[in-house]
Amino acid sequence: MTCHDYKDLMMGYLDNELSDEQRHQFETHLDGCPECAGELEEFKKLKAITDEVTLAEPEDRIWQQYWDGVYNRIERGVGWIVFSVAAILLVIYGGFRAIEELIKDPNVEIILKAGLLALIAGLAILFVSVLRERLYFWRKDRYRDVRR
Amino acid sequence: MPSVCQEEIIAMQRCRRGSPEAFEVLVNRYMKDAYFIALGLVGNREDALDLSQEAFVRAYRNIKNVKPGRRFFPWFYQILKNLCVSHLRKRRYRQASSLDAPDCPEVAATGDYFSPEAVARRNEIRDKVWQAIGKLDDKHREVIILRHFQNMSYEQIAEALFCNKGTVTSRLYYARKKLEELLGTGKGGYINDMP
Repeated sequence: MTCHDYKDLMMGYLDNELSDEQRHQFETHLDGCPECAGELEEFKKLKAITDEVTLAEPEDRIWQQYWDGVYNRIERGVGWIVFSVAAILLVIYGGFRAIEELIKDPNVEIILKAGLLALIAGLAILFVSVLRERLYFWRKDRYRDVRR
Repeated sequence: MPSVCQEEIIAMQRCRRGSPEAFEVLVNRYMKDAYFIALGLVGNREDALDLSQEAFVRAYRNIKNVKPGRRFFPWFYQILKNLCVSHLRKRRYRQASSLDAPDCPEVAATGDYFSPEAVARRNEIRDKVWQAIGKLDDKHREVIILRHFQNMSYEQIAEALFCNKGTVTSRLYYARKKLEELLGTGKGGYINDMP
C-alpha cells in the first residue's frame, strides 16, 4: 500500500472508526512514515480546533413551538389546495357562462365568435398535450422510485 | 442520529394513513437534528428554522411514497439537504445579481452568510472556523457538519448520503485539507497555538 492508500485509514484513525486490526496496520505504517505522521498531527490540531466549535442552542420556546409551526404549514397547505380548486372551478364556470352569453348574443359579429372558439380549442389542445406528455414521461420515468 | 426503533416504524405506518399525531412523534424525534444540520448547511438561525420546518412539511406530504421498512431519517435528510442547497443557490444568485460587477470582481462566498451568532461560545478562532466551514463546497461542508456537529458515524453518514464509507472518508479528507488551507493550521500557518 502507498501513502495515498492510507488516507482513508488516517481519517478513520482520527475519528476512532477503525477496527483493532486496521488501527494496528495504520500505526505500523506511521512508525515508518514521517510524512503521514506529520500529516496526522496537522489533522489532529485541526480536529481540536473544530471540536471547540459548538452550535448555539436556540431558546426553549423554539422547540416548544416547533411542531405548531410545522402543523400550521401543513394545515395551510391543505387550505391553499382547497382554495385553489374552488377558484379554478369558479373561474371555469364564470368563463363558460360568459362565453355562452357571447355566442348566443346575435349582436356579436361571427368573426369574434369564431376567434373565441378557436382560442378555446387551441387552449384545450395545449392543455391535453401537456397533460399527456406529463403522464407519458411519468410512466416511462425509470428513476421515479429512486431514493424513496 | 437516533437509531431506528419500533416507535418510529409504527409512527411511519400511521403517517402513511394520514395521521398528523403520528407525524408529531417523528418531528419531535428529529427536529433538533434537522435544525442543526440546516444551520450547519446555510449558516444562520432564521433560515435554518424555516428550512427545517419546511422539510418536515414536504416529508409529511410525501411520506406515502416511502417504501415500508425504510428508515425515516436518511430519506428525510435528502429532502432537507435539497431544500438547503436550493436555498443557497438562490442566495448566491441574488447576491450575484445585486452586486455591481466593476466594484466586486468575484461573488462573495457562502461563508459570508455564516452568522457568528450561530456559534455557542465565541472567540476569534471559533468565528474563523465557522466562516471557513461556510466557504467549503456543499458536499464537503455537509460531511463536516454531519461528523463534527451531529457526531454521526461513517456508516450513518454513508446511509444519509446514499454513498459508501469510502466516499465519506475521502470527502472528509479533502474537506479537512481545505479547512487547513483556509485556517492556516498546517505547517507555518497562523492558527497554530490553540489554547
